[in-house]
Amino acid sequence: MDFELTETEQAFREEVRNFLEEHLPPKDQRGPGFLGSWLEKVRERGWVGFSWPAEFGGSDGGLIEQAILKEEMALAKAPPLGSSFMGLAWVGPGIMRYGTQEQKQRFIPDILDSKVIWCTGYSEPNHGSDLAAIQCKAVKTGDHYLVNGQKIWTSGAPWAQWIILLVRTQFDVEVKHQGITCLLVPMDSPGIEVRPIENMAGDRHFAEIFFTDVKVPIENRLGEEGDGWQVTVSALANERSSIGEVTQMFETLDRLKTLVKQTTRQGKPASEDPLVRRRLAVFETRIAAMKYNGLRYLTRQIKGEPLSSETSVNKLLRASLEIELADFAIELSGPAGLELRGSDHAVDGGSWAKSSLNWPNVVIGGGTPNIQRNIISERILGQPKD
Amino acid sequence: MNFGFSEEQNLLREQVLRFMHEHCPMSRVRELIASDNPFAAQLWQQMADLGWLGLITPQQYGGVGLKWVDVTVVLEETGRGLCPLPFASHLLATATVLRCGSPSQRSRWLPAMAAGHAVCTLALCDDGNWLHPDAVTLTGQRTTDGVRISGTKPLVGDAKACDYLIVALRIDGKLALAGVATDSVSLTAANGLDATKPAADVHFDNLLISEDDLLPLDDADFHYLCDLGAVITTAEMVGAAEAALQMTSEYAKERIQFGKPIGQYQGVKHRLADMFVDIESFKSLLYYAAWTVDDAPDELPKAISYAKGYAADAFAQVGIDAVGLHGAIGFTAEYDVQMYLKRSKWARPAYGDSDYHLERVATLGGI
Ligand SMILES: Cc1cc2nc3c(=O)[nH]c(=O)nc-3n(C[C@H](O)[C@H](O)[C@H](O)COP(=O)(O)OP(=O)(O)OC[C@H]3O[C@@H](n4cnc5c(N)ncnc54)[C@H](O)[C@@H]3O)c2cc1C
Repeated sequence: MDFELTETEQAFREEVRNFLEEHLPPKDQRGPGFLGSWLEKVRERGWVGFSWPAEFGGSDGGLIEQAILKEEMALAKAPPLGSSFMGLAWVGPGIMRYGTQEQKQRFIPDILDSKVIWCTGYSEPNHGSDLAAIQCKAVKTGDHYLVNGQKIWTSGAPWAQWIILLVRTQFDVEVKHQGITCLLVPMDSPGIEVRPIENMAGDRHFAEIFFTDVKVPIENRLGEEGDGWQVTVSALANERSSIGEVTQMFETLDRLKTLVKQTTRQGKPASEDPLVRRRLAVFETRIAAMKYNGLRYLTRQIKGEPLSSETSVNKLLRASLEIELADFAIELSGPAGLELRGSDHAVDGGSWAKSSLNWPNVVIGGGTPNIQRNIISERILGQPKD
Repeated sequence: MNFGFSEEQNLLREQVLRFMHEHCPMSRVRELIASDNPFAAQLWQQMADLGWLGLITPQQYGGVGLKWVDVTVVLEETGRGLCPLPFASHLLATATVLRCGSPSQRSRWLPAMAAGHAVCTLALCDDGNWLHPDAVTLTGQRTTDGVRISGTKPLVGDAKACDYLIVALRIDGKLALAGVATDSVSLTAANGLDATKPAADVHFDNLLISEDDLLPLDDADFHYLCDLGAVITTAEMVGAAEAALQMTSEYAKERIQFGKPIGQYQGVKHRLADMFVDIESFKSLLYYAAWTVDDAPDELPKAISYAKGYAADAFAQVGIDAVGLHGAIGFTAEYDVQMYLKRSKWARPAYGDSDYHLERVATLGGI
């Protein structure tokens, strides 16, 4: 056991730090052109798609360097390394693994160069957790598929240019995981209608999408017809190192501690209240647990041992922290804790109040806690399926 | 960066597992705890011969000279099997001599301890509900020929199995430790609910201790030893909790109710998942704490308070649910799962409960 970095790794950390010092101005000094030039610079460095094979324009970055990069970016509160989160997280990896030569050439560079934003069309009104039961239908006619049906909760759909879409190409199947196909579809295809949905925090970043006789050329199919389930499941399982998240959570905890020090309860300093102290300590302990769980799983990956579904452990820890941290800040602040941005009473610019409405992003998106528990119990502990 | 175990450590784990399986399975544990002293000299000697009793003892004192991460591996596995031998107590006593003993005391005691000839335990607090130097109240009177002790040290772990006790006391108001032969004191066995962790009150009747057998102890030593006690306890908790989960998980696959294995019901399966999440978490924190002992001692207090602060309550709940998810069979004396519930109750306050450790996390975290 050791936490030492090799000289090369240490040098890499220095390189990232120096870069950030030079190229990342404080938040309030970032002008309108900042993001574009940031994306260009990190791309030049090879940090976008850092772990991707060099033949596709990545940097072949190792797991530890990747963790260092994420950690430093999170510590510096840097913007993302590319404009398309989903493009980098699973569309790109899916295409590299299952795509044709032509698809790779066509899609990968644009993801790396932040030229195209992708969204993910998996969930449907009647099929969320039970994703394999999707019904959105595609029929092969001549040189294209004709898609009819509906998707929903598609994050980024209002501004994405492309969608990775799961459709059903066969209905008479023995098990529902068969007969699913994955298509890559331009969002401006005729017959696509996007209706943004407002969430409880007042934002409109997800949408429902209606497909009416949308023509998708056969060459836009990712993987074989009927293999859509494997294509997407393996892509989703891609990288799930939680180092960056943990860094952010420690940072949120620090803000919470600062708030506690500035707050009184019943006229007395909140920081002297044993219940307040205990709750902060429980948060800190759980975030630390995420950190060391993550390092343990990372070590296993480095040693080439396949991870089973252990990442669900940190996902569950994070889900409850996400809700509790914000709620505790609000509770501490009394009625002012509920004030949103713009109010004279707002605490920390209303950020806690806003967070207390935003947890579904993390808790529901990507699989609910109950589904994570099923995964752990069935795949790790070997319990029978529901 | 490598937050995992080495090949040697994995082999050590297999060795301990095999030992527990062959020589100290649950049937043997039950035999031992049914007697009034669950000590088996032959097993102890085997542990010594395998090098485990001197694992952290430097080679110059007859030990193996390994680290706390290595001994954690042994503790996890002895904990998994609820081994009732005084391995944990003896380890803490060894660490005490290493930390507080003079060179001549180390040479005198450590080789015999590593060889298994002198079984030892450490008795710190008189108020067992207070992890603080002020909780040491037993007093020794200085006389011309040494120090005389009268009084009682309550609930000393494994006292009966031990040849020597290292006892904290106050001499002229100042903290110190005394090495005491068990046959020079009298013991009253306690009757704790976890018989795998026996204890006794130790009575001193004007006992004379020579200067040679006194060790200095200051506040920092006191806290350090408590932290090591918590590392040891939590390492055993990891193994024990995993065993309780495994037992319950296996049962849930086999027990059929309403025509299905109970593990198919989410009331059961989700609780099992939550147990897994908690155990994984305090295990990771414990590994980190064990690593700090040798490699980042400044971080030990916070690291062990994370681990024990998490484990104390989480393992208690694992113990309760492990029994509960079994139904009535779990409540029977004959079924092993109840022994883990008992261990969880023993471990919860040992070397600090969650209140103690979480308060320290808050303080060390700047609150
Ligand atoms: C912010 C946000 C962004 C999202 N972005 C996307 C996106 O970009 N693309 C996309 O395709 N989808 C997206 N989703 C959808 C998301 O994947 C689904 O919401 C999620 O999988 C749950 O499906 P559902 O909402 O249909 O709930 P349901 O599956 O209907 O679940 C409802 C409740 O029942 C529980 N439940 C369901 N099945 C079980 C079971 N077997 N056992 C126990 N409990 C069960 C769930 O835990 C949940 O509490 C997003 C969701 C959110 C909230």
